[in-house]
Amino acid sequence: MESDLGYWIIPLAIIGGAIRVSTPFLFVSLGEALTERSGRINLGLEGTLVFGAMSGYALAYLTGSPWLGVLAAALCGALFGLVHGIICSLPKVNDIAVGIAMMILGMGLAFYFGKPFVQPVAPDLPAISFGWWSDIPQIRAALEVNVLFLIGAALAVVLWWMLRATRVGLTLRVVGDSTDAARAMGLRPALIRTCATAVGGAFAGVGGAYLSLYYPGSWNEGISSGQGLMAVALVIFARWNPLACFGAALLFGGAGALGPVLQSVGVSEGYYLFFAAPYVLTLGVLIATSSPTRAMTGAPGELSITK
Amino acid sequence: MSLSFTSESTASAGPSFGLAGLARRAEAVVLPLGALMAGFAVFSLFLLLQGNSPTDFFALVYRAGFGTAFSWENTLSRAAPLLLAALCVALPARLGLVVIGGEGAIVLGGVAAGFAGAMLFGTPAIIALPVMLLCAMLAGGLWIGAVGALRHYRGVNETIASLLMAYIAIALMNHLVEGPLRDPASLNKPSTAPLEDALRVGNIPGWDVHWGLAFGIIACVLAWVLIDKTTWGFAARIAGGNVRAAQVQGLPVGRLILGFTALGGAFGGMAGFFEVTAVHGSANASLAGGYGYTGILIAFLARHNPLAIVPVAILLAGFEASSGLVQRRMDLPDATVLVLQGFVFMAILMSETLYGRFKVFAPERWRST
Repeated sequence: MESDLGYWIIPLAIIGGAIRVSTPFLFVSLGEALTERSGRINLGLEGTLVFGAMSGYALAYLTGSPWLGVLAAALCGALFGLVHGIICSLPKVNDIAVGIAMMILGMGLAFYFGKPFVQPVAPDLPAISFGWWSDIPQIRAALEVNVLFLIGAALAVVLWWMLRATRVGLTLRVVGDSTDAARAMGLRPALIRTCATAVGGAFAGVGGAYLSLYYPGSWNEGISSGQGLMAVALVIFARWNPLACFGAALLFGGAGALGPVLQSVGVSEGYYLFFAAPYVLTLGVLIATSSPTRAMTGAPGELSITK
Repeated sequence: MSLSFTSESTASAGPSFGLAGLARRAEAVVLPLGALMAGFAVFSLFLLLQGNSPTDFFALVYRAGFGTAFSWENTLSRAAPLLLAALCVALPARLGLVVIGGEGAIVLGGVAAGFAGAMLFGTPAIIALPVMLLCAMLAGGLWIGAVGALRHYRGVNETIASLLMAYIAIALMNHLVEGPLRDPASLNKPSTAPLEDALRVGNIPGWDVHWGLAFGIIACVLAWVLIDKTTWGFAARIAGGNVRAAQVQGLPVGRLILGFTALGGAFGGMAGFFEVTAVHGSANASLAGGYGYTGILIAFLARHNPLAIVPVAILLAGFEASSGLVQRRMDLPDATVLVLQGFVFMAILMSETLYGRFKVFAPERWRST
């Protein structure tokens, strides 16, 4: 431990860690927020995230360009979302159960095709250093911000504006709040939901590419430990608001950074318990924000998990 | 509580004898089987597209899973925890709850059994084993019961909560077996103290299959009796169909939710008990072997019918048993079985849309052609 910083290193590392760890949460939760606003839930984003991580890594390795990897991950994610969306459009099919199946299928396919890419090293995504003004290496390290994080932050603002002030946003909200009202307006709810799920899947794929191409920055079968699923809970916490998703993602990122940070300063007692911090936080947030009697404020009316 | 109705013949209206009754019942068998075949077909196409032979694959699965007495024993040993893990999904499902965190109950049940076993060193097996089993079932029951309680009292979505709690359970297990409960002698793989030989559960006489299989099958039969033959099960099905109607009828929905989730969790804990006492000999990270997740697929394939869980679990156990041979002979990744499970799962869910569409299964519509 650097002595001149003392224990200040812990909050500093957590802030840096929050920025690093939060990016996949941010992308998945933005995608899920979009999907859920249309009245459908996609629990399969965990599988999409893992497949995005694999396809992004594979293509970045094969082409030498990490951005082509991100593109591939987005396309694969959109394809997964499309499949989920189309299947859920069939009558009597449960969207939660399809999500679980897509989770298993996505992970299975990712591990199946990803086996040859565990060894090779793919190029990383670039980061921008905002810590150039400081001499202290820890501050420089903490303020090393990846471009995808900035894109995600911008995307949160754009989505917030889109849902609030544009025709597309209004259409999405009408479909999410009442299938009947949407039909009366001449909209096609199933089609719109499928599109929203596909776009949401693309976002989740990009979140996966961030995992394998920047932090932790390699592809293996343990790349995701439930981030895709936690992001679904995070959307409920953020009340389906993209701007709140950004804040929530940072909070969850900070919780996720707690374990590694404490380990790096030599705290080994209860090491595994700190790794459970994000799950405990997610559960706590779910308990605090749910209610058995009233519908959640801001919840889309057609959403199966809040009905 | 007093329930004024009987439990007879609620699933299908009308008599279930003769050709008409047979046709009505056939739908629940033919459609899942058809979906299973469709899943296999898509998977075969997947293999063909990469130049692998599906016939080789299924032949190897047959040989390694069901071909010989030895492979049957291997398959049945693997089926034991799957039966119990599937019950952990199927019981809450009767109330309309999708609980997918059975892995947490298995893991904590295993730790509880391992810890109790280490504490009871020197106690006769006849006392120690039931106590260990009780601890395991209590741990699993409390864990999944908590999911039910959160659902009922706080309205927390049980699907997400149960999976989060599975992750928490695994972290808790890692903490316990690497910290407070660690046997200092376990160097490479941190574990609780190994159970003494007297506390190891053995095989069913004459077979190389441990007692977990018998307990799993008995548990499935008991669960079937509970759901199909008791007023409790009937009330649960009413509540699963329509919570409001159940409440209007004065059914104790809260107690049903707590009871069914806790019982499911207790079966998950039992799976952990057998993994520790019959397979590993101590509690360690091997407990998180993914049985809980395969159990989800089995329960859905069996359409949450406890008796149907038995053949489905044995079938999927056969696929898992053959995984090693398929990897070696066909040079396929170990995730191949996971891909197959994914395709089958998708097919089975898509088949839900077909119920009630075929006239063959609806005798009352036979004449109206």
